[in-house]
Amino acid sequence: MAQLILNHLTKDFGGGRPAVSDVSLTVREGGFLALLGPSGCGKTTVLRMIAGFEQPTDGSIDYGERRLSDAARALPPEKRNMAMVFQSYALWPHMTVAENVGYPLKVRGISGETWRRKVGEALALVKLTDYAERRPAALSGGQRQRVALARCLVTSPDVVLLDEPLANLDQHLRKSMEETFRIFHERSGATMIYVTHDQSEAMALATDVAVMSEGRLVQMAPPAEIYARPEGAVVGGLIGRGSILKLPVAEHAPRALGWPRLRDAIGSAGDGLRRDVLVRPEHVRLDAEGIPLEVKACVYEGERFALTLVLPDSQALKAYGDRAIPVGQKANFSISSGWRL
Amino acid sequence: MSKQGETKRSRPRWLRFSNMAVARTSRVKPGASPAGEPRWLVPFVLACLFLLCALPLISLVKAGFAGLVSGNSIGVLTEPATYAAIRNTLLTATGGMLISVVIGALFAFSVSLTDIRGKLTLSFAFMLPMMIPPQVTALAWVEMTGPASPLLKTLGIAPPLGSPQPLYSLFGISVLLGVQHAPLVFLALKAGLAASPRDGVEAARLSGASPFRVFLDIVAPLAAPGLIAGAAIAFVSGVGNFGIPAILGIPAGISVLPTLIYTRLASFGSGTFGEIALLSSLIAAIAAAGLILQQRALSGRDYRIIGLSGANAAFSLGRFRVAVELGLAAILFLVLVAPLAALIASSLVPAYGVPLNWQTMSLRAYEEILFRQTMTLSAFTNSLFLASSAALGLLVVALPAAYLMNRRKGVLANTLGILIEIPYALPGIVLAVAFILTFAAPLPILNVSLYGTIWIILIAYFSSFLAVNLKPVMSAFLQMDPSLEEAARLSGAGFFRRMRDVILPLVAPAAGASIILVFLIATNELTVSALLWSAGTQTLGVAIFNLDDSGSSDLASALSVLVVVMVMALMAALETLANYLPEGVLPWRN
Repeated sequence: MAQLILNHLTKDFGGGRPAVSDVSLTVREGGFLALLGPSGCGKTTVLRMIAGFEQPTDGSIDYGERRLSDAARALPPEKRNMAMVFQSYALWPHMTVAENVGYPLKVRGISGETWRRKVGEALALVKLTDYAERRPAALSGGQRQRVALARCLVTSPDVVLLDEPLANLDQHLRKSMEETFRIFHERSGATMIYVTHDQSEAMALATDVAVMSEGRLVQMAPPAEIYARPEGAVVGGLIGRGSILKLPVAEHAPRALGWPRLRDAIGSAGDGLRRDVLVRPEHVRLDAEGIPLEVKACVYEGERFALTLVLPDSQALKAYGDRAIPVGQKANFSISSGWRL
Repeated sequence: MSKQGETKRSRPRWLRFSNMAVARTSRVKPGASPAGEPRWLVPFVLACLFLLCALPLISLVKAGFAGLVSGNSIGVLTEPATYAAIRNTLLTATGGMLISVVIGALFAFSVSLTDIRGKLTLSFAFMLPMMIPPQVTALAWVEMTGPASPLLKTLGIAPPLGSPQPLYSLFGISVLLGVQHAPLVFLALKAGLAASPRDGVEAARLSGASPFRVFLDIVAPLAAPGLIAGAAIAFVSGVGNFGIPAILGIPAGISVLPTLIYTRLASFGSGTFGEIALLSSLIAAIAAAGLILQQRALSGRDYRIIGLSGANAAFSLGRFRVAVELGLAAILFLVLVAPLAALIASSLVPAYGVPLNWQTMSLRAYEEILFRQTMTLSAFTNSLFLASSAALGLLVVALPAAYLMNRRKGVLANTLGILIEIPYALPGIVLAVAFILTFAAPLPILNVSLYGTIWIILIAYFSSFLAVNLKPVMSAFLQMDPSLEEAARLSGAGFFRRMRDVILPLVAPAAGASIILVFLIATNELTVSALLWSAGTQTLGVAIFNLDDSGSSDLASALSVLVVVMVMALMAALETLANYLPEGVLPWRN
């Protein structure tokens, strides 16, 4: 076990802006890193460079003391002792489930009883023991996903890469697969890198979240920290369902803003430089002491109502409520905290 | 753990792997490509393609220039015979193209757009004329018409002996070229129609357009590119066709450019290389002009389809359906069933001009070609050897070429694509001349000449059928998810390991189809072998042509019947493979 280090990693496919630009980060031993960002932000390219399918045009990738790739040389993927769950699962249609799972062992020259035992263990972990002799075509999406995961388990790789593995599954299956990933991570102790554009997946699974935008690494922090203290409008907009308000806040004010400051800022006439302030909906609550805001929309979401409020200067603010408020009506709200981006 | 803004760029440390399993691969070779194929693969493929595709063309151009510069051969361009051949080539190719377009478009529109029954059977039967070699088609039609036709004699409607055979004319050549190449128009148009928007047709109907208006305003404009492309292919194929004008034109003294080259080479020998190089260049120029015209006509007609495609049964014919079905069946009867029946009939009569009935019927011709004639027996051996070697041997080039073209985008893939296009675009007769020019002189170093041996035919077949072989394999690679190979790489499988375990099993059905397709076309090939054969190396195509030329039409017919049976058997074999093949490999399937 060792750290995976990306050092000034850059990939330019030769079409204007580089796909990945100067990304440096260290994944701690046995860590679970979620690479989060909108599509086209370069996260999949980073993953493919770690796997060895793409060679960086600048910078390097090291695993512990071992250099994996730089602009001059690249260790081929088959020599990296990594494993990957592809978005399309990449199961070989001409092999049975057991043969798919056991292929990495077969390549390493393991056969006979050892092979059967290891394949059996891997299939048991993903609860597919009864499907060993079927072909991938006879499985459902979630089952294929678990075969792909079992194939990663079987050789105890140093690094496991997951490329949007839940993108093709329905909501219900996602939850149970997230659980499987967590168990898998705990048991294997492998470093895991998980590419996704879905922030709730990233928050639920990862020990660290790295947000990318336009080829650059914007912020990397543990989930709770990135949620509470995002850097910049990109991260603030991507993580959670907050509203970004433009408010006149003094430069020397603290990043975390309380209700008195926010009330002043919302009530002020609007002169002075406006800054981005992130307000989480759970921090906006009905409060007789608050200021009156008009309700523009009220949507029932099952466990609560999602409200859209309008500030006096017509900026929109998201809030949660436990009862319906008719659209067009005014009610008093206060904001317990905001975060200057 | 945070962003490592301050990490210094360290010098590479190529340390040994801690992991024992991969310890022996500790050092990475400089410049190892992330694609991960062995380093000899690209040079190997490039060398093969250069030898098969570029070298013959270079020799042709060189010989043509040498002929022009020395002035020895330039006279051929001003001879009246050459002018007549050019005129005849243009006339028959254009006439054939028009007939192909009419028949091909009728079948394509009926099969793709209407609710007629038996579409798969109709498509399969309509594709047969393309798969049957042209010399056999020509022979069958000759046996069907004319005063000596056993079929007409048996039916008692033969014209009197001595009256002219109507097919020995420019008109006859055009009709047969039209029949032979109509499937090409059919295929091109069907591919175009398959992409036509079903919801577009439905929207036009809802807008109040009658079926006829929809056809005129929506379907026809969208079908135009396919029709133009099909017409161009039919024209180019007509320019390069040798079998039909050889059987129909040579007896009547009508020569087109391919038969002119053949007769020149046969009568003057190898001294006329400069002349035949120039004549071949003329064919290549006419073919290129046709393709350029097509480009012109196609420009500005790139309609990208948005939304649902697949115009299945967009028009219901109602009470006309039976009429259309009968019409199509009648055409198939005329172009397929009747000529084949005539062919079978003339293979069963004991002698030329005898009517066929239960008393005269005999299998003597089959006995003769299968057991007595050493010429036909060696033709069988030669054609089977050539076709199977070409079919299997080409995979050695086509598989890595298709792999590289799919995995490596950019300059390499483009270069390979252009190289492969060269022999595909050149008519077979031009290719044959190019190979004669390339291999007429003894090979350097070895000092043996391939000219006159079976090996020159084999190399020419490799070149001619490379594109045929490549297409199914290429579409198999295109439809394969690249992550299947990447998953094998991460599993630790090296190049040959993942070729064996993952890639080859997945492209195997397509490779099988490639083998059968090449075998099918190569066993029946005439154009290339007509120029390259010599005593002892004649192919089945040459044998049929020579038997007919020497007046043994019964033996030629019997051999042709066997060829047609073999064609149908191989097509049926392909059909049984159909469910395992990538889409678009079998031309008669959707």
